[in-house]
Amino acid sequence: MEFPTQSSPYLPLNNNLSRLMTQVMLGLIPGTLILLWFFGWGILFNLLIGSATALLAEAAMLRLRSQPVMPTLYDGSALLTGLLLGLSLPPLAPWWIPVVGALFAIVIAKQLYGGLGYNPFNPAMVGFVVLIISFPLQMTLWPPPQGIDAQTLGLADTLRLVFTEALPAGATLDSVTMATPLDMAKTRIGLNFTWSEILTDPRYGSFAGRGWEWINVGFLFGGLWLWQKRAIHWQIPAGMLGALFLVSLLFYIADADSFGSPVFHLFSGATMLGAFFIATDPVSAATTHRGRLYYGAGIGILTYIIRTWGGYPEGIAFAVLLMNMAAPTIDYLTPPRAFGHRDQKEG
Amino acid sequence: MNSLKNIVRDGLWTNNVGLVQVLGICPLLAVTGTFVNGLGLGLATLITLVASNVTVSMIRKLVRPEVRIPVFVLVIASIVTIIELSMSAWFYELYKVLGIFIPLIVTNCSIIGRAEAFASKNTVGRSFVDGFSMGLGFLLVLVTLGSLREIIGHGTLFSHAHLMFGDAARSMTIHFVSGYHGFLLAVLPPGAFIGLGLLIAMKNVIDKRKEARSEVVQVPGDPAVQAAH
Repeated sequence: MEFPTQSSPYLPLNNNLSRLMTQVMLGLIPGTLILLWFFGWGILFNLLIGSATALLAEAAMLRLRSQPVMPTLYDGSALLTGLLLGLSLPPLAPWWIPVVGALFAIVIAKQLYGGLGYNPFNPAMVGFVVLIISFPLQMTLWPPPQGIDAQTLGLADTLRLVFTEALPAGATLDSVTMATPLDMAKTRIGLNFTWSEILTDPRYGSFAGRGWEWINVGFLFGGLWLWQKRAIHWQIPAGMLGALFLVSLLFYIADADSFGSPVFHLFSGATMLGAFFIATDPVSAATTHRGRLYYGAGIGILTYIIRTWGGYPEGIAFAVLLMNMAAPTIDYLTPPRAFGHRDQKEG
Repeated sequence: MNSLKNIVRDGLWTNNVGLVQVLGICPLLAVTGTFVNGLGLGLATLITLVASNVTVSMIRKLVRPEVRIPVFVLVIASIVTIIELSMSAWFYELYKVLGIFIPLIVTNCSIIGRAEAFASKNTVGRSFVDGFSMGLGFLLVLVTLGSLREIIGHGTLFSHAHLMFGDAARSMTIHFVSGYHGFLLAVLPPGAFIGLGLLIAMKNVIDKRKEARSEVVQVPGDPAVQAAH
């Protein structure tokens, strides 16, 4: 017999894992759709291959470890890892890129450490870092965004390129791909261009790079929705975006010719995806409220450092992994004040 | 009483330098990028271990306990110097590839460990067997890790074999997949750490399986099982 619940005071518990994962996936939708619109079908293949591999690898590893398979698969964490990895990969990457990345993420970074809840590092970012270290060439295969006058590949051509690494007649890898705004900024700064000269390039769009700015707006929107749904806490995104903003503002004021503006840093690359969906991974992040702020700020500062002076154009993945390493120490140093007790300093 | 068979089994498996004692992992991780590098350093370590064990065992009654450690270090350092100079004379290319890790064999804890724990208390013959099996165990780990990293990292096996076996060995290189992209991570230090971790895990799995099997087979009063214990 069922007793339908009419209205409050029945408060549902909001701590179900698969429900949380579903919300995070829903939050990814706006940014993902804009990414698809600007960069084409390759994104879809990355998402499909990445999540399929992640699910298969998770099932295989759970069987090997004699753990229940189906309940763990249904919690959606492996699927989310596959999706986050797929979102961060270049659309024209060959099919084995997401396969290797997802395998590494699930098998080494997650299951070998003991499965969900025991992994010290964010699995999707481990997969990404393995790929960008091992296959630097394949990880640059970003096509020009929609709206830039250049050769773009249709569904069939993308399919053929992804699965057989064969290009349509008359095209070369250079003609169907293009450096991302972050990548190009880095190269041009190295060639002593000033920032205002760099911004005249059509790929810099209205404020932070054509396509990228709207993708970031999409992920920002999805992230704010997640926060409003209380799926994530505000501290990590606020800490990360705030620190990135402050540091870039500082350098921008000091020398606007050689350092990108804060707006550019906030809305290019994977900033918003990283701030709301990757850094907030509850397993590998800091867990105290104050600690989350420091943790996020660390990611923001490291991201800026890697983007500006590092060897790679984008630094979110490295920054997240480095701060994952620091998370236990941050937790240790920022214990929450127990109710009824004063802070040690005051006492 | 340690029989010779036990000494050999200890060195190769139960008390393996690389997989169980996890000693000498600095060269183990640093030079195992390819099969040939692993083999080169493995052989150098093997020769050092055998020679130092035999020498230490021979002088064990002359050396006073108070000064034994400096004496052991001197013995090992002399042997390593001999090996280093010989390598630079006959295997110059390989010597250049292995670089600092040949002189660093002196600091490999497994060598002084065996001198202190085994050779200084045992006869020359037994020390020889111990040095040889410990060295062989270390060599096998180096070669396995080197081969794995080379296959995964470059898609080849036995590349640069000419460094060791002369020009005739240039054709020994096996290419597994044509157009292999290379998996840089396996060649870089993280690959060495992950590879060694997986090898240790594999050894533990094999040991556990063996243990489980012997427990199932065990019948009270079975003389074969009792003898094995």
